[in-house]
Amino acid sequence: MSETPIDRVDRAIIRATQAGLPLVPFPYHQVAAEVGTSPDDVMRRMRRMLEAGMIRRIGAVPNHYALGLVANAMTVWDVDDEAIGEYGPRVGALEFVSHCYHRPRRLPEWPYNLFVMVHGRHRAEIDDKVQCIAAMLGKACRRSDILLSKRILKKSGLRLSA
Amino acid sequence: MIDMTDRRIINALQGGFPVGERPYAEAAKGLGLSEEELIGRLGALIDRGVLSRFGPMYNADRIGGAVCLCAMSAPAEKFEDVSARVNAHREVAHNYERAHQLNMWFVLASDSQQRLDEVVREIEEETNSKVLAFPKLAEFFVGLRIEA
Repeated sequence: MSETPIDRVDRAIIRATQAGLPLVPFPYHQVAAEVGTSPDDVMRRMRRMLEAGMIRRIGAVPNHYALGLVANAMTVWDVDDEAIGEYGPRVGALEFVSHCYHRPRRLPEWPYNLFVMVHGRHRAEIDDKVQCIAAMLGKACRRSDILLSKRILKKSGLRLSA
Repeated sequence: MIDMTDRRIINALQGGFPVGERPYAEAAKGLGLSEEELIGRLGALIDRGVLSRFGPMYNADRIGGAVCLCAMSAPAEKFEDVSARVNAHREVAHNYERAHQLNMWFVLASDSQQRLDEVVREIEEETNSKVLAFPKLAEFFVGLRIEA
């Protein structure tokens, strides 16, 4: 899936920054010192990774639980295969959706192919949002389900050994 | 509690942080803050767990990583044991208990698809349960637009 090659220095930059950017006035200089290259090289490489989509964005990663969004649901939908390419991006564009993916069905136990993560302050808010998605999908969706989260069993984030 | 300035920081800086000589100074200017105050507040928000972190969010499958959502059905009486066995794998990035017949949902991340396949097999053997893998076929949206 990766088209753009990354080299040893890129990987060192990823390792040095995946847990966070240093909170100092010249953060990219500090990363450069850790990695053993120049600050200009670090900035050039990070801009390239941004343009190539290897970095999605740089900024604050909020803990949605700490901000009161304690209800989270994985909503799953059985959408016509011909229609999913049209509806997926529209559902993903809804402001309360954090992740929206096309994934394979696993028949017979799992008929759903559109996975949509929805966050809210309480269960009723989730239900409203699910209604909104259902209305958008209309007849393209045969059935759906809501999997509320009960507990976080582990959350360490992605730690690539790179 | 977080104050209005914290809210403005969180709402304004969920992306678009500059890559430049003094990025905090640059970002602070747009918020009417000093560089020192922005750095101090970001550090405090991380310490208090309001922010998970501050920095780049990498797209694992664009940097040569392999990621897959998996699910299993763990019997209630064995749930804690199954959870411990699953979580013991370093490739398990996060794991949620969900209200469904398939009650355990976890994300595997590794450097290679081959390693992911191995971990799935290991978990199946260790827990004596079937793991359903849901690799993504298309990504329509990923991002968190949280209003603080």
